[in-house]
Amino acid sequence: MASLGSIRRDFEPWNDPNAKPYIRFENVTKRFGDFTAVNNLSLTVFEREFFALLGASGCGKSTLLRMLAGFEEPTEGRILLDGQDLRGIPPYRRPVNMMFQSYALFPHMSVEKNIAFGLKQEGMPKADIEKRVAEMLKLVKLERFAKRKPHQLSGGQRQRVALARSVAKRPKVLLLDEPLGALDKKLREETQFELMDLQQNLGLTFVVVTHDQEEAMTMADRIAILDKGEVMQVATPTEVYEAPSSRFVAGFVGNVNMFEGNVASRDATTARITGASGAEIVVDNVGEAGAGADVAFAIRPEKIKVSSKRPAEAVNALEGEVYDIAYLGDMTVYHVKLDDGQVVRASVLNAARMADDPLTWNDRAWISFRPDAGIVLAR
Amino acid sequence: MSVASSAAATSGSAEKPVLARFGSALASRLVIIVPYVWLAFFFLIPFVIVFKISLSQTAIAIPPYAPVLGFGDGVAGFVEALKELSFDNYVWLTQDPLYFNAYVSSVVIAAISTVLTLLVGYPIAYGMARAPAALRPTLLMLVILPFWTSFLIRVYAWIGILKPEGLLNQFLMGVGIISEPLIILNTYAAVFIGIVYSYLPFMILPLYSSLEKMDYSLIEAAKDLGCPPTAAFWKITFPLSLPGVIAGCLLVFIPAVGEFVIPDLLGGSQTLMIGKTLWNEFFANRDWPVSSAVAVILLLILIVPIVFFQQAQARAQEQGR
Repeated sequence: MASLGSIRRDFEPWNDPNAKPYIRFENVTKRFGDFTAVNNLSLTVFEREFFALLGASGCGKSTLLRMLAGFEEPTEGRILLDGQDLRGIPPYRRPVNMMFQSYALFPHMSVEKNIAFGLKQEGMPKADIEKRVAEMLKLVKLERFAKRKPHQLSGGQRQRVALARSVAKRPKVLLLDEPLGALDKKLREETQFELMDLQQNLGLTFVVVTHDQEEAMTMADRIAILDKGEVMQVATPTEVYEAPSSRFVAGFVGNVNMFEGNVASRDATTARITGASGAEIVVDNVGEAGAGADVAFAIRPEKIKVSSKRPAEAVNALEGEVYDIAYLGDMTVYHVKLDDGQVVRASVLNAARMADDPLTWNDRAWISFRPDAGIVLAR
Repeated sequence: MSVASSAAATSGSAEKPVLARFGSALASRLVIIVPYVWLAFFFLIPFVIVFKISLSQTAIAIPPYAPVLGFGDGVAGFVEALKELSFDNYVWLTQDPLYFNAYVSSVVIAAISTVLTLLVGYPIAYGMARAPAALRPTLLMLVILPFWTSFLIRVYAWIGILKPEGLLNQFLMGVGIISEPLIILNTYAAVFIGIVYSYLPFMILPLYSSLEKMDYSLIEAAKDLGCPPTAAFWKITFPLSLPGVIAGCLLVFIPAVGEFVIPDLLGGSQTLMIGKTLWNEFFANRDWPVSSAVAVILLLILIVPIVFFQQAQARAQEQGR
C-alpha cells in the first residue's frame, strides 16, 4: 500500500482545470439581524479533500459549516453539493454529517447506541447496524467501552465516540467543528494524525473548522483563511506560510517580521527597498509592486540569522542589540532591537548543544537574511 | 535545606491543631443536625401524636378521645393507659366501604389530574425553555405570579367562572357556540380544572429546569443524523426531561390525593375524596381517632410514590445529571 505521504503529495485537484468541485459556495452571504457573519463568499472544495476553515472566533467559519449542515440557510447566494443545490433541504435529509464541538453525545444512550443512532434513522437492517457499529468501535479503538454511557468516558474517548458516530453513516462530507478543541495538547497532536488516517482510509471529504493554525497546517490539504466573513486566502499550508497573499494572512499564520519601506528601484525579479530610517534591503519575489510603491517585506523568524559579527557574504544585514532571549528548548528566540528602533524576532534551532556564537542580553548583534527568504506585500 | 523546609510546611498545613479540627467537626455535625431537629419537632412528634390518637377510642370529653396518656398516675398509670390502645379504628376503616372508595377515588382523581397537568404543563415549560434567554426570567415570574394571591380566593374565582350563569357560560352563549349553559361546577370536570390550574406551576417549574439545561446541540446532532424534529423530540428531548416529568408528576400527585379545598368548593357534595372524608370525620363527627386513622393510612399511601421519587432522584444523580 502506498504511504499516506505519497497519496497526499499527488493530490491536488485544485490545480486541475478539469476537476469538478464537490462543494461550492457561490456568493454566499449570511446576516443575523444587522450583523453580517458571512459576506459574499465563494469557495470550492474537492472530493476527498481535507479542507480547513481557519480564522479567529467570529470570523464566520462556524456559520459556514452550519450552513453546509443545514442548521442555517444562506441569506443570499447558494451552496451546491455534488451539483445539487442544498437550499431548503433540512439537515436530516442532507448527505453530510457533523462532529460537534461539544460532541453532543446523547447522555442517555450507551456508546454503541450513540453510534447506531444515525443508522437506525436510515432504516438499516439490524444485523447490518450491529456489524457497522462493531466496525466503527474497532476503528476508534473503543470496543471495550461499547456499553458505557458517555459520562463514564474520558474526554479523549468521548471525542472518538463523536467521531465514530459522525462517520458511521458514511456521509459524503464530514463536517468537523473544532474537533480537537477540548483535548489537551499531547492528545491533540496524536489525534490529528488519526484523523488524517481515517479520512484517507474512508475516502471521505472533510471540512474542518479550527482556530488553531498548527492544527490546520498539519491536517489540511488546503486552508481557507477567513476574516470578518470574507476569504483572505485559499491555499495549501506551504503556500499560506511561504507566500501569504496579504499582511493579514502573513500575520495570522505563524510569526512574521514586517519591514515597512518604499521600492527604490526594481528590475525583473529583485528590488531595493528603503526603510524609513534609510536602511536598505535587497529582495526577490517583488510581485507587482513597481518603483516608488509603499510595501512591506514579510519574513519569518526562522529565516533570519543572528550573529555577533556581520556575516561576510550576506546581502542583507542590519545591526542592533539583543533585547530579549527566549529559550524554548528546541529553539531559542532572539528579539533584536535594530538601530532604527524596530524589534526583529529571529528563531534559531538549537541543533548544537552549545551555540558556537554565544549571544547574550544587550550584546551588539547582526541580523541577516537572503533576498528570497521573505515576500513583498502591498501596503 | 529548601526541600526540608518545604516538606515541613506541607505537613504543617495538613495536620491542623487538634482543637481546631474538633471544632470544625462539631460545626459540620451541627449543620447536619439542624434539619433533623426540625423534622423531629414538626413531623415526627406530631405524627406520633396523631398515630396515638388513631389507636384511641372516641369519648365525650376534652380532648374527645380516651385514653389520654400522661404521667399523672405515675409510670404504672401510663402503662395501664397504653394497654387500652387498639387497632379497632383501622379495622373499622376496612369494614365501611366509604373509606376504601374514598381512597381509590382520590388516587384516581389525582392520577387523572396529574396526567392533565403534564399535558398542559409540558408545552408551556418547553416553550419557556426555548424562549430567548432574556425573556425567560419574565416568563418564570408569570408562572409564579398566581402564588401572590391567596389559593382560596383563586379557587373561589373559579366558581364565578364555571357556574351555570358564570363567565365561561356567558361567553360561550354570547359567541353562540352553545345555547344552554354547560353544567361544569359541582362535577368532576370542575375538580380536574381546579387541580390542573392550582398545581400547574409545580409541574412547570421542574420540567422547565430539566428542559432548560438540556444542550440544544443534542437536537441538532439528532437532526444531523437523519432524525426529523418530531422523532428527535421523542428520542432525545423527552427521555432527557424524564427527571423533570417524574418530579413534576409527584409534586402534583402527592398533594392532589389529599386535596380538600378544591373538591369541596368546586366538586360539590357528591365528589368523593379522602380529604373531604377526613374533614367530615374530624369536624362533623368529632371522631378524632377515626380521622387520625384515615390520616395515617393516607400518609402510608403517599409514602410509596415519595420513596419512588427519591430513588429516581438518586439514580439521576448517579448518572451525573
